[in-house]
Amino acid sequence: MGRWRRALRTPLGVVALVGLGVIVILAVVGPVLWSDDASRFDFEAVSQGASRAHPLGTDALGRDILYRVLVATRLSVTLAVLAALLGALIGIPIGALPSLVGERLGRTITSFINLAVAFPSLLIAIFVAAIVGLGARGAVFGIACAVAPYFARLTQTLASSVVGADYVAAARVLGARRSRLLGRHILPNVAEPLLLTSTLAIGEALLTLAGLSFLGLGVQPPGYDWGRMLSEGLSRIYVTPVVAIGPAVAIILAALVFTLLGETLAKGVAGQQTARWGDVPAPPVAPAGPPDRPLADSPDSPVVAVEGLTVAFPGGSTPVRGVSIDVRAGEIVGIVGESGSGKTLTAMAIADLLPPSARMTASRYAIRGQDPRLLSEGAKRRLLGSSLAIVYQDPMSSLNPALRIGRQLGEVAELHDRLSRKQARRRSIDRLRDVRIGSPETRVRQYPHEFSGGMRQRTVIAMGLMIDPKILIADEPTTALDVTVQQQILRLLRDVGESSHAAALFISHDVAVVSQLCSRVVVMYAGRVVEELDVPTLVRGPAHPYTAALLASVPTMESDRARPLATIPGRAPGPFDESPGCPFASRCPLATDRCVSERPELEGLTPGQRVACWHPLTAADQRERVVRAREDVAV
Amino acid sequence: MALLLAATFLMIHLVPGDPVRASLGPTAPKELVDARRHALGLDQSLPRQFSDYVSQVAHGDMGTSLVTGEATTDVIRARLSSTMQLAGLAFLVAMLVAVPLGGAMAAMTYGGKRRSLELGFAATAGTFASIPSFLLAVGLVWLLAVTFRVFPVAGREGISSYVLPIAALAIAPAFALARIVRVEGLRVLDQDYMRTARGKRLPPRLFYVRHALPNTLTATLTIAGLLLGGLIAGTVLVENIFAWPGLGTVLVQSVTQKDYPQVQALALLFGTLVLVINFAVDIALGLIDPRSTILDA
Repeated sequence: MGRWRRALRTPLGVVALVGLGVIVILAVVGPVLWSDDASRFDFEAVSQGASRAHPLGTDALGRDILYRVLVATRLSVTLAVLAALLGALIGIPIGALPSLVGERLGRTITSFINLAVAFPSLLIAIFVAAIVGLGARGAVFGIACAVAPYFARLTQTLASSVVGADYVAAARVLGARRSRLLGRHILPNVAEPLLLTSTLAIGEALLTLAGLSFLGLGVQPPGYDWGRMLSEGLSRIYVTPVVAIGPAVAIILAALVFTLLGETLAKGVAGQQTARWGDVPAPPVAPAGPPDRPLADSPDSPVVAVEGLTVAFPGGSTPVRGVSIDVRAGEIVGIVGESGSGKTLTAMAIADLLPPSARMTASRYAIRGQDPRLLSEGAKRRLLGSSLAIVYQDPMSSLNPALRIGRQLGEVAELHDRLSRKQARRRSIDRLRDVRIGSPETRVRQYPHEFSGGMRQRTVIAMGLMIDPKILIADEPTTALDVTVQQQILRLLRDVGESSHAAALFISHDVAVVSQLCSRVVVMYAGRVVEELDVPTLVRGPAHPYTAALLASVPTMESDRARPLATIPGRAPGPFDESPGCPFASRCPLATDRCVSERPELEGLTPGQRVACWHPLTAADQRERVVRAREDVAV
Repeated sequence: MALLLAATFLMIHLVPGDPVRASLGPTAPKELVDARRHALGLDQSLPRQFSDYVSQVAHGDMGTSLVTGEATTDVIRARLSSTMQLAGLAFLVAMLVAVPLGGAMAAMTYGGKRRSLELGFAATAGTFASIPSFLLAVGLVWLLAVTFRVFPVAGREGISSYVLPIAALAIAPAFALARIVRVEGLRVLDQDYMRTARGKRLPPRLFYVRHALPNTLTATLTIAGLLLGGLIAGTVLVENIFAWPGLGTVLVQSVTQKDYPQVQALALLFGTLVLVINFAVDIALGLIDPRSTILDA
């Protein structure tokens, strides 16, 4: 109930509640107060438009329409509520049936319900009303039958999901009877959504009732509801339109109140945050640094160069903080780190593919010597489209299910290399063959769902090679694959790097894979680069305790199986953390006071190795020291 | 379909009292009532009546009007096309408005951009989607036919007479559908394969039309099928407002005049239409979705 109360406190919720209050009050007191006024004939003011005495005009017998609209509230709303309740009474048992009776009968009932839902409710109402007989009774029955399928369907889906739940299965095992199951276990769980549906059904019933009465199939004279008044008003719309507008507005407002109420409650239940006024995105975190002078696209200059890269989201989350990475032609640079260390966001920032709410700043950002931030949309698209390719993490979802493989591969070359459709197709086939996909001529005509996981990953790589990229960004391209396929993909990536002389940025949480493939490794922790080193150094022994711990946690053939796998105790600080010291301090066995109070900067240790640590490990003692230190902590 | 036949057959028998008596009035002589009952076959046993009914329907005979004595099939034939025109055109308009509007809204508000536009669209679409066609029709008549006299109030004469009924019918479903398209569009834009497409640096036209649009169609069509069913029901009301010579006006007439065979025939017709639409949507979905096996078979 707390969720509902919260939902009702939003502006829309308050409007709905106030509206409901007004309707209830009108329905209760309306006929008591104004019945006489509403039925008083005034033959001197027959069929008038709006006037001071009759703001909404008068009808053919000179009765005041405003009063009649107010008085009609009771009948209109009561009938609608009755119809919705009756509909619930009919629909809920039908919907509960499939989960209680046998499977085959249950399926028949379900398909019947689905059919009934597809049937327009107004038509059901008209036909049922025709059978029962014209008048309020017929209309209520008709509308009840029209809304019943919704209740039935909702009950059916809810009940079938509840029946599948463990505790109901347990009750069944314990021998609870079916009727008892329904009463004790199923209904209480579906009560809340059903109540919401009832609110919406009342709104729907109000409209349908108005429609029926409007057609002359609902409330019959001398009784009157909004629908009948509307149809009386319509015949005079040329002369005095206001008499039609009055009842129409009443119907719309009343129906809106119920719809609004239902939707607000539904939002509360779903736990969705309703949009609040003033909920604006946070402003950009920091102004971008001065853009660099564009460099010449010479072979020596890095293909990718970023300095001080920071990615922030509205609300103060800063998952990437001051990262600097250079990648030169022919070089494969690995970014390693645990999940949440900011490695993927770093790569996406480099590729200019951050989610729209992210704010990226960097003191230097250059792809082939050009800063994409300074280019026009078209020029940026040309630069990045022709030099940068990405292989994504999840091959299963990275291909568009609605397009043929050939189309998805070919369009890149058509667009950025100006190939004809035919040439592009030929190149697609070549590239698919390069990544060792059998019979590529048939494969290009297929859709992604006809490919296996490993084939899709290879296809995504082939897609990246369609344009002879200068830089290939591969975001955990092997994580979702099994070990044999992983090896194939890694070999493929290495071959690609060697043959095309393209630079590559390889993102992984797996130090072993990275050391196998890359020439240089960037270690990220909590959004920062903590160490950067070449692979031989990494194998000999890294300087940062975190890198050492990462290495130690990789099991090898020599690992003692009697001992538990090495893990890093504690948790990495989140993207909101603003503490001043080294982010790894709380988990580091070598941490001192200085580590907690002052953050170390990334500094050159030896040629080809930079580390951000106050107490870097020396080549001789590192692994042993860390392991021993951790054992001491454990004891 | 069998269910529908049985339901429409039983309809006439569920009427409390005697439908013939009810239609001829309490003062009609007994001989006339009996003769009429006999003519309608109502004096026979129920199973016999049902088999007669089914074979009649199979031969294209859906009964005779109690009031005018005309064959209901003739009435339907004369008016079906005018109702279908209305519903079909309204559906077309709704689709043509909803898909680009919803798509544009999704593209423009993706990733929490343009919050005020999003709120404005949600409010407008929410309001219009929940105003039923007959109220909208009254509003349109008042505004465009009475106040500004741009379009005729009623009847079916010339192109201009189509505008108001179609607008009245199409606006609510168009906005309802546009909302669905937007939500669906946002869902699709969030998919990994759209990130792939973004990585290809496609121009916006290719990005949205080739990569995003096809993936929103499944949900859009499913809802559109439901809306089309609703549109056919909506024509009943709208036809009555605009005195449109279609099936809706006949339906209301026959219900008020207790012309049960005609009501029965119309129930059968509308029911069949809804079934056909559902079936057509299923087939269309099968043709569009490359994962379905319909094409292979």
